[in-house]
Amino acid sequence: MIYSEKVMDHFTNPRNVGEIADADGVGEVGNAKCGDIMKMYIKVDNGVISDVKFKTFGCGAAIATSSMATELIKGKTIDEALKLTNRAVVEALEGLPPAKLHCSVLAEQAMKSAIADYYKKQGVDPTPIIGDIGECEDCHGCH
Amino acid sequence: MDKKLIYCDNAATTKVSKKVLDAMLPYFTEEYGNASSIYMLGQSAAKALLKARETVAKAIGAKTHEIFFTSGGSEADNWAIKGMALNGSKSGKKHIITSVFEHHAVLHTCEFLEKQGYEITYLPVDEKGLVNPDDVKNAIRDDTCLVTIMFANNEIGTIQPIKEIGEICKEKKVPFHTDAVQAVGNVEIDVKALNIDMLSLSGHKIHAPKGVGALYVRGGISLPNLIHGGAQEKNKRAGTENLASIVGLAQAITDAVQNIKEKQEKVSKRRDRLIDGILKIQETRLNGDREKRLCGNVNISIRGVEGESLLLMLDMYGILASSGSACTSGSLDPSHVLLSIGLPHETAHGSLRLSISEETTDEDIDYILETIPKVVDRLRSMSPLWERICKNEGITGTI
Repeated sequence: MIYSEKVMDHFTNPRNVGEIADADGVGEVGNAKCGDIMKMYIKVDNGVISDVKFKTFGCGAAIATSSMATELIKGKTIDEALKLTNRAVVEALEGLPPAKLHCSVLAEQAMKSAIADYYKKQGVDPTPIIGDIGECEDCHGCH
Repeated sequence: MDKKLIYCDNAATTKVSKKVLDAMLPYFTEEYGNASSIYMLGQSAAKALLKARETVAKAIGAKTHEIFFTSGGSEADNWAIKGMALNGSKSGKKHIITSVFEHHAVLHTCEFLEKQGYEITYLPVDEKGLVNPDDVKNAIRDDTCLVTIMFANNEIGTIQPIKEIGEICKEKKVPFHTDAVQAVGNVEIDVKALNIDMLSLSGHKIHAPKGVGALYVRGGISLPNLIHGGAQEKNKRAGTENLASIVGLAQAITDAVQNIKEKQEKVSKRRDRLIDGILKIQETRLNGDREKRLCGNVNISIRGVEGESLLLMLDMYGILASSGSACTSGSLDPSHVLLSIGLPHETAHGSLRLSISEETTDEDIDYILETIPKVVDRLRSMSPLWERICKNEGITGTI
Protein backbone atom coordinates (compact mmCIF):
# COMPACT_ATOMS: atom_id res chain seq x y z
CA MET A 1 0.00 0.00 0.00
CA ILE A 2 1.44 3.29 -1.06
CA TYR A 3 0.02 6.74 -0.38
CA SER A 4 0.30 9.51 -2.96
CA GLU A 5 2.43 12.54 -2.20
CA LYS A 6 -0.72 14.57 -1.86
CA VAL A 7 -2.10 12.22 0.79
CA MET A 8 1.17 12.37 2.70
CA ASP A 9 1.16 16.16 2.42
CA HIS A 10 -2.34 16.39 3.90
CA PHE A 11 -1.46 13.83 6.57
CA THR A 12 1.74 15.62 7.53
CA ASN A 13 0.29 19.12 7.38
CA PRO A 14 -3.43 18.71 7.77
CA ARG A 15 -5.42 21.84 6.90
CA ASN A 16 -8.17 23.20 9.15
CA VAL A 17 -7.51 21.03 12.20
CA GLY A 18 -9.34 22.01 15.34
CA GLU A 19 -12.74 22.99 16.63
CA ILE A 20 -15.09 25.94 16.18
CA ALA A 21 -16.49 26.92 19.57
CA ASP A 22 -19.58 28.66 18.18
CA ALA A 23 -20.04 26.37 15.18
CA ASP A 24 -23.31 26.55 13.26
CA GLY A 25 -23.17 22.85 12.51
CA VAL A 26 -21.22 19.88 13.91
CA GLY A 27 -21.17 16.39 12.43
CA GLU A 28 -19.53 13.24 13.69
CA VAL A 29 -19.33 9.95 11.81
CA GLY A 30 -17.54 6.63 12.14
CA ASN A 31 -16.85 4.70 15.30
CA ALA A 32 -13.91 3.71 17.45
CA LYS A 33 -14.49 0.02 16.82
CA CYS A 34 -13.72 0.43 13.11
CA GLY A 35 -10.83 2.68 13.95
CA ASP A 36 -12.09 5.89 12.30
CA ILE A 37 -13.99 8.83 13.80
CA MET A 38 -14.36 12.15 11.99
CA LYS A 39 -15.83 15.24 13.54
CA MET A 40 -16.45 18.33 11.41
CA TYR A 41 -17.43 21.85 12.47
CA ILE A 42 -18.82 24.48 10.10
CA LYS A 43 -19.55 28.17 10.35
CA VAL A 44 -22.15 29.44 7.87
CA ASP A 45 -22.61 33.04 6.76
CA ASN A 46 -25.38 33.81 4.23
CA GLY A 47 -25.39 30.27 2.94
CA VAL A 48 -21.61 30.19 2.56
CA ILE A 49 -19.34 27.93 4.60
CA SER A 50 -17.08 30.66 5.91
CA ASP A 51 -15.05 28.41 8.19
CA VAL A 52 -14.58 24.68 8.68
CA LYS A 53 -12.50 22.64 11.12
CA PHE A 54 -12.09 18.94 11.76
CA LYS A 55 -10.80 16.44 14.24
CA THR A 56 -10.09 12.86 13.18
CA PHE A 57 -9.13 9.66 14.92
CA GLY A 58 -7.96 7.28 12.25
CA CYS A 59 -5.33 6.20 9.79
CA GLY A 60 -3.28 8.39 7.48
CA ALA A 61 -5.96 8.30 4.79
CA ALA A 62 -8.68 9.26 7.30
CA ILE A 63 -6.72 12.35 8.33
CA ALA A 64 -5.83 13.26 4.75
CA THR A 65 -9.39 12.87 3.42
CA SER A 66 -10.77 14.98 6.28
CA SER A 67 -8.21 17.65 5.58
CA MET A 68 -8.90 17.65 1.84
CA ALA A 69 -12.68 17.69 2.31
CA THR A 70 -12.46 20.76 4.54
CA GLU A 71 -10.26 22.48 2.00
CA LEU A 72 -12.69 21.71 -0.81
CA ILE A 73 -15.76 23.10 0.97
CA LYS A 74 -14.27 26.13 2.67
CA GLY A 75 -15.70 29.32 1.12
CA LYS A 76 -18.27 27.35 -0.90
CA THR A 77 -22.03 27.69 -0.63
CA ILE A 78 -23.88 24.88 1.10
CA ASP A 79 -25.38 23.84 -2.23
CA GLU A 80 -21.91 23.59 -3.75
CA ALA A 81 -20.59 21.68 -0.73
CA LEU A 82 -23.43 19.19 -0.95
CA LYS A 83 -22.34 18.34 -4.48
CA LEU A 84 -18.96 17.22 -3.19
CA THR A 85 -18.61 13.46 -3.50
CA ASN A 86 -16.09 11.12 -1.97
CA ARG A 87 -14.78 10.58 -5.51
CA ALA A 88 -13.88 14.25 -5.76
CA VAL A 89 -11.95 13.99 -2.48
CA VAL A 90 -10.11 10.94 -3.79
CA GLU A 91 -9.28 12.69 -7.06
CA ALA A 92 -8.05 15.79 -5.27
CA LEU A 93 -5.76 13.55 -3.24
CA GLU A 94 -4.43 11.96 -6.44
CA GLY A 95 -5.91 8.62 -5.51
CA LEU A 96 -6.22 6.35 -2.50
CA PRO A 97 -5.37 2.66 -2.08
CA PRO A 98 -8.57 0.59 -2.61
CA ALA A 99 -8.66 -0.47 1.04
CA LYS A 100 -8.76 3.20 2.03
CA LEU A 101 -11.62 4.36 -0.17
CA HIS A 102 -14.02 4.09 2.78
CA CYS A 103 -12.11 6.96 4.43
CA SER A 104 -13.23 9.26 1.63
CA VAL A 105 -16.83 8.07 2.14
CA LEU A 106 -16.49 9.00 5.80
CA ALA A 107 -15.19 12.46 4.88
CA GLU A 108 -18.20 13.05 2.65
CA GLN A 109 -20.52 11.81 5.39
CA ALA A 110 -18.85 13.99 8.03
CA MET A 111 -19.33 17.07 5.90
CA LYS A 112 -22.98 16.22 5.13
CA SER A 113 -23.63 15.44 8.75
CA ALA A 114 -22.30 18.88 9.78
CA ILE A 115 -24.57 20.54 7.19
CA ALA A 116 -27.53 18.45 8.39
CA ASP A 117 -26.84 19.65 11.92
CA TYR A 118 -26.76 23.22 10.65
CA TYR A 119 -30.19 22.80 9.05
CA LYS A 120 -31.58 21.21 12.20
CA LYS A 121 -30.37 24.17 14.22
CA GLN A 122 -32.15 26.43 11.74
CA GLY A 123 -35.36 24.46 12.33
CA VAL A 124 -35.22 22.94 8.86
CA ASP A 125 -35.59 19.21 8.27
CA PRO A 126 -32.34 18.27 6.44
CA THR A 127 -33.57 14.96 5.04
CA PRO A 128 -35.30 16.29 1.89
CA ILE A 129 -32.22 18.44 1.13
CA ILE A 130 -29.38 16.12 1.97
CA GLY A 131 -31.04 12.74 1.83
CA ASP A 132 -29.82 9.75 3.75
CA ILE A 133 -26.26 10.33 4.83
CA GLY A 134 -25.70 6.68 5.63
CA GLU A 135 -24.01 5.15 8.60
CA CYS A 136 -20.45 4.03 9.02
CA GLU A 137 -21.77 0.47 8.95
CA ASP A 138 -23.17 1.04 5.46
CA CYS A 139 -19.85 1.82 3.91
CA HIS A 140 -18.22 -0.89 1.88
CA GLY A 141 -14.92 -0.56 3.68
CA CYS A 142 -16.20 -2.52 6.64
CA HIS A 143 -18.02 -5.32 4.82
CA MET B 1 13.64 16.93 9.73
CA ASP B 2 16.19 14.74 11.42
CA LYS B 3 17.71 12.16 9.11
CA LYS B 4 17.89 9.47 11.75
CA LEU B 5 16.84 5.93 10.96
CA ILE B 6 16.09 3.76 13.95
CA TYR B 7 14.91 0.35 12.90
CA CYS B 8 12.56 -1.05 15.55
CA ASP B 9 10.82 -3.72 13.53
CA ASN B 10 13.14 -6.69 13.99
CA ALA B 11 10.17 -8.97 14.62
CA ALA B 12 9.12 -8.24 11.03
CA THR B 13 12.55 -8.78 9.52
CA THR B 14 16.19 -8.02 10.23
CA LYS B 15 19.15 -6.64 8.39
CA VAL B 16 21.54 -9.27 7.02
CA SER B 17 24.66 -9.05 9.16
CA LYS B 18 28.07 -8.42 7.65
CA LYS B 19 29.28 -11.76 8.98
CA VAL B 20 26.36 -13.58 7.35
CA LEU B 21 26.82 -11.79 4.05
CA ASP B 22 30.55 -12.58 4.02
CA ALA B 23 29.83 -16.23 4.72
CA MET B 24 27.35 -16.34 1.85
CA LEU B 25 29.19 -14.48 -0.90
CA PRO B 26 31.53 -17.28 -2.06
CA TYR B 27 28.51 -19.48 -2.74
CA PHE B 28 27.30 -17.26 -5.55
CA THR B 29 30.31 -17.07 -7.83
CA GLU B 30 32.96 -19.47 -6.51
CA GLU B 31 31.30 -22.35 -4.69
CA TYR B 32 28.32 -22.39 -7.00
CA GLY B 33 28.20 -26.16 -7.54
CA ASN B 34 25.11 -28.27 -7.21
CA ALA B 35 25.36 -30.36 -4.04
CA SER B 36 24.05 -33.36 -5.99
CA SER B 37 26.93 -33.30 -8.53
CA ILE B 38 29.76 -35.79 -8.30
CA TYR B 39 32.75 -33.59 -9.23
CA MET B 40 34.73 -31.62 -6.68
CA LEU B 41 32.75 -28.39 -7.03
CA GLY B 42 29.55 -30.31 -6.31
CA GLN B 43 31.10 -32.23 -3.46
CA SER B 44 32.32 -29.10 -1.74
CA ALA B 45 28.78 -27.74 -1.98
CA ALA B 46 27.52 -30.98 -0.41
CA LYS B 47 30.07 -30.56 2.38
CA ALA B 48 28.96 -26.98 3.03
CA LEU B 49 25.35 -28.14 3.10
CA LEU B 50 26.15 -30.86 5.63
CA LYS B 51 28.12 -28.43 7.77
CA ALA B 52 25.22 -25.96 7.74
CA ARG B 53 22.82 -28.72 8.74
CA GLU B 54 25.10 -29.73 11.62
CA THR B 55 25.35 -26.12 12.75
CA VAL B 56 21.61 -25.49 12.72
CA ALA B 57 20.96 -28.81 14.49
CA LYS B 58 23.52 -28.03 17.20
CA ALA B 59 22.04 -24.58 17.82
CA ILE B 60 18.73 -26.09 18.94
CA GLY B 61 19.99 -29.34 20.46
CA ALA B 62 18.87 -31.51 17.54
CA LYS B 63 20.65 -34.17 15.51
CA THR B 64 21.91 -33.34 12.04
CA HIS B 65 19.51 -35.67 10.22
CA GLU B 66 16.56 -34.04 12.00
CA ILE B 67 16.96 -30.73 10.17
CA PHE B 68 15.14 -30.04 6.88
CA PHE B 69 15.82 -26.76 5.11
CA THR B 70 12.82 -24.83 3.83
CA SER B 71 12.08 -21.47 2.27
CA GLY B 72 11.21 -20.04 5.68
CA GLY B 73 8.95 -20.24 8.70
CA SER B 74 5.63 -20.33 6.87
CA GLU B 75 6.70 -23.28 4.75
CA ALA B 76 7.98 -25.11 7.81
CA ASP B 77 4.67 -24.51 9.63
CA ASN B 78 2.62 -25.65 6.64
CA TRP B 79 4.75 -28.75 6.19
CA ALA B 80 4.59 -29.79 9.84
CA ILE B 81 0.86 -29.23 10.24
CA LYS B 82 -0.37 -30.64 6.93
CA GLY B 83 2.13 -33.49 7.24
CA MET B 84 0.86 -34.54 10.65
CA ALA B 85 -2.71 -34.09 9.49
CA LEU B 86 -2.08 -36.43 6.58
CA ASN B 87 -0.41 -38.99 8.88
CA GLY B 88 -3.27 -38.72 11.35
CA SER B 89 -5.99 -39.26 8.76
CA LYS B 90 -4.53 -42.68 7.94
CA SER B 91 -5.55 -43.87 11.39
CA GLY B 92 -8.70 -41.79 11.68
CA LYS B 93 -7.04 -39.11 13.80
CA LYS B 94 -8.32 -35.80 12.54
CA HIS B 95 -8.13 -33.47 15.52
CA ILE B 96 -5.55 -30.72 15.94
CA ILE B 97 -4.95 -28.45 18.93
CA THR B 98 -3.58 -24.95 18.50
CA SER B 99 -4.09 -21.53 20.08
CA VAL B 100 -6.14 -18.54 19.01
CA PHE B 101 -3.15 -16.22 18.71
CA GLU B 102 -0.82 -18.20 16.46
CA HIS B 103 0.87 -16.67 13.46
CA HIS B 104 -1.30 -16.80 10.35
CA ALA B 105 1.00 -19.43 8.86
CA VAL B 106 -0.37 -21.77 11.52
CA LEU B 107 -3.90 -20.38 11.88
CA HIS B 108 -4.73 -20.27 8.20
CA THR B 109 -3.27 -23.74 7.69
CA CYS B 110 -5.53 -25.04 10.47
CA GLU B 111 -8.52 -23.24 8.96
CA PHE B 112 -7.72 -24.84 5.61
CA LEU B 113 -7.67 -28.28 7.27
CA GLU B 114 -10.94 -27.51 9.00
CA LYS B 115 -12.50 -27.16 5.57
CA GLN B 116 -11.03 -30.55 4.67
CA GLY B 117 -12.94 -32.16 7.53
CA TYR B 118 -10.45 -31.85 10.37
CA GLU B 119 -11.53 -30.65 13.77
CA ILE B 120 -9.43 -27.89 15.29
CA THR B 121 -9.41 -26.80 18.92
CA TYR B 122 -8.28 -23.19 19.26
CA LEU B 123 -7.13 -22.78 22.84
CA PRO B 124 -7.66 -19.39 24.44
CA VAL B 125 -4.86 -17.35 25.98
CA ASP B 126 -5.10 -15.40 29.21
CA GLU B 127 -5.01 -11.60 29.49
CA LYS B 128 -1.22 -11.72 29.68
CA GLY B 129 -0.96 -13.64 26.44
CA LEU B 130 -0.08 -17.07 27.81
CA VAL B 131 -1.43 -20.51 26.97
CA ASN B 132 -2.35 -22.63 29.97
CA PRO B 133 -0.74 -26.11 29.73
CA ASP B 134 -3.75 -27.58 31.54
CA ASP B 135 -5.92 -26.44 28.65
CA VAL B 136 -3.69 -28.44 26.31
CA LYS B 137 -3.97 -31.47 28.56
CA ASN B 138 -7.74 -31.23 28.72
CA ALA B 139 -8.10 -30.75 24.98
CA ILE B 140 -6.12 -33.83 23.95
CA ARG B 141 -8.33 -36.64 22.69
CA ASP B 142 -7.76 -40.12 21.33
CA ASP B 143 -8.02 -38.74 17.81
CA THR B 144 -5.62 -35.80 18.30
CA CYS B 145 -2.89 -35.97 15.67
CA LEU B 146 -1.01 -32.77 16.53
CA VAL B 147 -0.56 -30.03 19.09
CA THR B 148 0.92 -26.85 17.63
CA ILE B 149 1.60 -23.94 19.98
CA MET B 150 3.96 -21.10 19.16
CA PHE B 151 7.14 -20.66 21.21
CA ALA B 152 6.91 -16.89 21.45
CA ASN B 153 4.24 -14.61 20.11
CA ASN B 154 5.27 -12.36 17.24
CA GLU B 155 3.21 -9.36 18.32
CA ILE B 156 3.27 -9.26 22.09
CA GLY B 157 6.44 -11.30 22.58
CA THR B 158 5.09 -13.62 25.25
CA ILE B 159 7.08 -16.81 25.77
CA GLN B 160 4.85 -19.84 26.17
CA PRO B 161 5.25 -22.70 28.69
CA ILE B 162 6.74 -24.91 25.97
CA LYS B 163 8.44 -27.41 28.27
CA GLU B 164 5.22 -28.13 30.16
CA ILE B 165 3.22 -28.46 26.96
CA GLY B 166 5.93 -30.71 25.53
CA GLU B 167 5.80 -32.95 28.60
CA ILE B 168 2.04 -33.30 28.35
CA CYS B 169 2.24 -34.19 24.67
CA LYS B 170 5.02 -36.69 25.32
CA GLU B 171 2.99 -38.36 28.04
CA LYS B 172 -0.10 -38.46 25.84
CA LYS B 173 1.97 -39.57 22.83
CA VAL B 174 0.75 -36.73 20.62
CA PRO B 175 3.27 -35.02 18.30
CA PHE B 176 4.10 -31.47 19.43
CA HIS B 177 5.07 -28.78 16.94
CA THR B 178 6.11 -25.25 17.80
CA ASP B 179 6.53 -22.20 15.59
CA ALA B 180 9.74 -20.83 17.08
CA VAL B 181 10.37 -18.18 14.43
CA GLN B 182 10.47 -15.38 17.00
CA ALA B 183 12.15 -17.40 19.73
CA VAL B 184 15.24 -18.78 18.01
CA GLY B 185 18.21 -16.64 18.89
CA ASN B 186 16.30 -14.84 21.64
CA VAL B 187 15.50 -17.76 23.92
CA GLU B 188 17.69 -20.76 24.73
CA ILE B 189 16.24 -23.77 22.95
CA ASP B 190 17.08 -27.42 23.42
CA VAL B 191 14.44 -29.41 21.57
CA LYS B 192 15.20 -32.59 23.51
CA ALA B 193 15.04 -30.99 26.96
CA LEU B 194 11.86 -29.15 25.98
CA ASN B 195 10.16 -32.26 24.54
CA ILE B 196 9.63 -30.64 21.15
CA ASP B 197 8.89 -33.00 18.25
CA MET B 198 8.85 -30.41 15.49
CA LEU B 199 10.06 -26.82 15.36
CA SER B 200 9.87 -24.15 12.66
CA LEU B 201 12.54 -21.48 12.36
CA SER B 202 13.27 -18.68 9.95
CA GLY B 203 16.50 -17.04 8.81
CA HIS B 204 15.43 -13.45 8.21
CA LYS B 205 14.41 -12.88 11.81
CA ILE B 206 17.99 -13.51 12.95
CA HIS B 207 20.02 -11.52 10.40
CA ALA B 208 20.08 -14.15 7.64
CA PRO B 209 18.40 -13.35 4.32
CA LYS B 210 14.71 -13.80 3.54
CA GLY B 211 13.67 -17.03 1.87
CA VAL B 212 15.42 -19.56 4.07
CA GLY B 213 14.35 -21.46 7.16
CA ALA B 214 14.22 -24.92 8.58
CA LEU B 215 11.95 -27.51 10.10
CA TYR B 216 13.28 -29.75 12.84
CA VAL B 217 11.58 -33.14 12.90
CA ARG B 218 12.48 -35.51 15.70
CA GLY B 219 13.90 -38.81 14.46
CA GLY B 220 11.20 -41.45 14.44
CA ILE B 221 8.49 -39.14 13.17
CA SER B 222 7.68 -39.89 9.58
CA LEU B 223 6.94 -36.67 7.78
CA PRO B 224 5.22 -36.90 4.37
CA ASN B 225 7.04 -35.42 1.39
CA LEU B 226 6.43 -31.77 0.67
CA ILE B 227 7.80 -31.36 -2.84
CA HIS B 228 8.13 -34.38 -5.12
CA GLY B 229 11.09 -34.48 -7.45
CA GLY B 230 14.79 -34.92 -6.78
CA ALA B 231 16.37 -36.52 -3.75
CA GLN B 232 17.12 -33.34 -1.83
CA GLU B 233 16.25 -33.15 1.89
CA LYS B 234 16.01 -36.91 2.11
CA ASN B 235 13.59 -37.08 -0.82
CA LYS B 236 11.12 -35.00 1.12
CA ARG B 237 11.60 -31.58 -0.34
CA ALA B 238 12.86 -31.68 -3.91
CA GLY B 239 14.63 -28.79 -5.57
CA THR B 240 18.27 -27.76 -5.71
CA GLU B 241 19.23 -26.41 -2.32
CA ASN B 242 19.42 -22.66 -1.77
CA LEU B 243 22.96 -23.16 -0.55
CA ALA B 244 24.11 -19.56 -0.17
CA SER B 245 21.11 -18.76 2.00
CA ILE B 246 21.45 -22.01 3.94
CA VAL B 247 25.08 -21.13 4.70
CA GLY B 248 23.82 -17.68 5.75
CA LEU B 249 21.24 -19.25 8.04
CA ALA B 250 23.91 -21.42 9.66
CA GLN B 251 26.13 -18.40 10.27
CA ALA B 252 23.22 -16.37 11.61
CA ILE B 253 22.03 -19.03 14.02
CA THR B 254 25.59 -19.56 15.27
CA ASP B 255 25.89 -15.85 16.02
CA ALA B 256 22.39 -15.70 17.48
CA VAL B 257 22.84 -18.48 20.02
CA GLN B 258 26.34 -17.45 21.01
CA ASN B 259 26.36 -15.41 24.21
CA ILE B 260 22.58 -15.51 24.24
CA LYS B 261 22.45 -14.73 27.96
CA GLU B 262 24.54 -11.57 27.53
CA LYS B 263 22.36 -10.52 24.65
CA GLN B 264 19.18 -11.09 26.62
CA GLU B 265 20.51 -9.04 29.48
CA LYS B 266 21.68 -6.18 27.30
CA VAL B 267 18.61 -5.98 25.07
CA SER B 268 16.04 -6.51 27.83
CA LYS B 269 17.49 -3.60 29.82
CA ARG B 270 16.85 -1.31 26.87
CA ARG B 271 13.47 -2.88 26.29
CA ASP B 272 12.51 -2.20 29.92
CA ARG B 273 13.64 1.39 29.63
CA LEU B 274 11.45 1.76 26.56
CA ILE B 275 8.45 0.15 28.26
CA ASP B 276 8.80 2.26 31.41
CA GLY B 277 9.34 5.41 29.37
CA ILE B 278 6.35 4.95 27.09
CA LEU B 279 4.10 3.92 29.98
CA LYS B 280 4.70 7.37 31.48
CA ILE B 281 2.33 8.68 28.82
CA GLN B 282 -1.11 8.60 30.37
CA GLU B 283 -3.70 6.07 29.22
CA THR B 284 -1.21 3.53 27.89
CA ARG B 285 -0.90 -0.15 28.70
CA LEU B 286 1.66 -2.84 28.09
CA ASN B 287 0.31 -5.78 26.10
CA GLY B 288 1.61 -9.20 27.10
CA ASP B 289 3.30 -10.52 30.21
CA ARG B 290 6.06 -8.29 31.48
CA GLU B 291 8.43 -11.09 32.56
CA LYS B 292 7.80 -13.99 30.17
CA ARG B 293 8.65 -11.80 27.24
CA LEU B 294 11.12 -11.70 24.34
CA CYS B 295 14.06 -9.49 25.21
CA GLY B 296 13.44 -7.12 22.28
CA ASN B 297 9.64 -6.84 22.30
CA VAL B 298 7.65 -3.80 23.35
CA ASN B 299 3.92 -3.70 22.63
CA ILE B 300 1.93 -0.85 24.06
CA SER B 301 -1.60 0.39 23.45
CA ILE B 302 -2.03 4.15 23.43
CA ARG B 303 -5.65 5.21 23.87
CA GLY B 304 -7.10 7.86 21.60
CA VAL B 305 -4.67 7.39 18.72
CA GLU B 306 -4.80 5.07 15.73
CA GLY B 307 -1.86 2.82 14.96
CA GLU B 308 -1.28 3.58 11.30
CA SER B 309 -1.12 7.32 11.73
CA LEU B 310 1.20 6.75 14.67
CA LEU B 311 3.52 4.67 12.49
CA LEU B 312 3.45 7.18 9.63
CA MET B 313 4.32 9.99 11.97
CA LEU B 314 7.07 8.02 13.70
CA ASP B 315 8.46 7.22 10.25
CA MET B 316 8.82 10.95 9.63
CA TYR B 317 11.06 11.04 12.69
CA GLY B 318 13.02 8.05 11.39
CA ILE B 319 11.56 5.50 13.78
CA LEU B 320 10.37 2.37 12.02
CA ALA B 321 7.82 0.37 13.98
CA SER B 322 4.69 -1.72 13.60
CA SER B 323 1.12 -1.83 14.87
CA GLY B 324 -1.79 -4.20 15.25
CA SER B 325 -4.39 -1.74 13.99
CA ALA B 326 -6.84 -2.85 11.32
CA CYS B 327 -5.31 -0.43 8.85
CA THR B 328 -1.91 -2.03 9.22
CA SER B 329 -3.10 -5.62 9.49
CA GLY B 330 -4.59 -5.41 6.01
CA SER B 331 -7.95 -6.56 7.30
CA LEU B 332 -10.97 -4.89 8.82
CA ASP B 333 -10.36 -6.02 12.35
CA PRO B 334 -7.39 -5.13 14.48
CA SER B 335 -4.86 -7.83 15.28
CA HIS B 336 -6.30 -11.18 16.38
CA VAL B 337 -3.52 -11.38 18.95
CA LEU B 338 -4.55 -8.16 20.70
CA LEU B 339 -8.23 -9.18 20.60
CA SER B 340 -7.30 -12.60 22.03
CA ILE B 341 -5.89 -11.03 25.19
CA GLY B 342 -9.16 -9.18 25.67
CA LEU B 343 -8.36 -5.74 24.30
CA PRO B 344 -11.38 -3.78 23.06
CA HIS B 345 -11.20 -2.93 19.35
CA GLU B 346 -10.46 0.74 19.89
CA THR B 347 -7.53 -0.01 22.21
CA ALA B 348 -6.18 -2.58 19.77
CA HIS B 349 -6.31 0.00 16.94
CA GLY B 350 -3.91 2.16 18.95
CA SER B 351 -1.18 -0.39 19.50
CA LEU B 352 2.49 0.13 18.85
CA ARG B 353 5.07 -2.63 18.54
CA LEU B 354 8.74 -1.82 18.78
CA SER B 355 11.04 -4.80 18.32
CA ILE B 356 14.59 -3.80 19.08
CA SER B 357 17.82 -5.69 18.48
CA GLU B 358 21.35 -5.77 19.83
CA GLU B 359 22.11 -2.91 17.49
CA THR B 360 19.63 -0.58 19.19
CA THR B 361 21.67 1.83 21.31
CA ASP B 362 20.91 3.74 24.50
CA GLU B 363 20.91 6.92 22.40
CA ASP B 364 18.28 5.37 20.14
CA ILE B 365 16.12 4.63 23.18
CA ASP B 366 16.53 8.24 24.37
CA TYR B 367 15.49 9.53 20.98
CA ILE B 368 12.47 7.21 20.77
CA LEU B 369 11.37 8.24 24.25
CA GLU B 370 11.69 11.90 23.30
CA THR B 371 9.78 11.44 20.07
CA ILE B 372 6.83 9.22 20.99
CA PRO B 373 5.21 11.67 23.47
CA LYS B 374 5.46 14.46 20.86
CA VAL B 375 3.79 12.32 18.21
CA VAL B 376 1.11 11.02 20.59
CA ASP B 377 0.41 14.55 21.76
CA ARG B 378 -0.02 15.73 18.20
CA LEU B 379 -2.35 12.90 17.20
CA ARG B 380 -4.38 13.15 20.40
CA SER B 381 -4.81 16.85 19.90
CA MET B 382 -6.69 16.12 16.69
CA SER B 383 -8.50 13.01 17.92
CA PRO B 384 -12.22 13.23 18.69
CA LEU B 385 -11.89 9.86 20.43
CA TRP B 386 -9.30 11.27 22.84
CA GLU B 387 -11.53 14.28 23.40
CA ARG B 388 -14.37 11.93 24.33
CA ILE B 389 -12.17 9.78 26.59
CA CYS B 390 -10.99 12.89 28.43
CA LYS B 391 -14.51 14.22 28.81
CA ASN B 392 -16.08 10.95 29.93
CA GLU B 393 -13.31 9.93 32.25
CA GLY B 394 -12.30 13.30 33.59
CA ILE B 395 -8.77 13.16 32.17
CA THR B 396 -6.98 16.47 31.90
CA GLY B 397 -3.84 17.51 30.07
CA THR B 398 -2.80 16.53 26.60
CA ILE B 399 -0.56 13.55 27.26
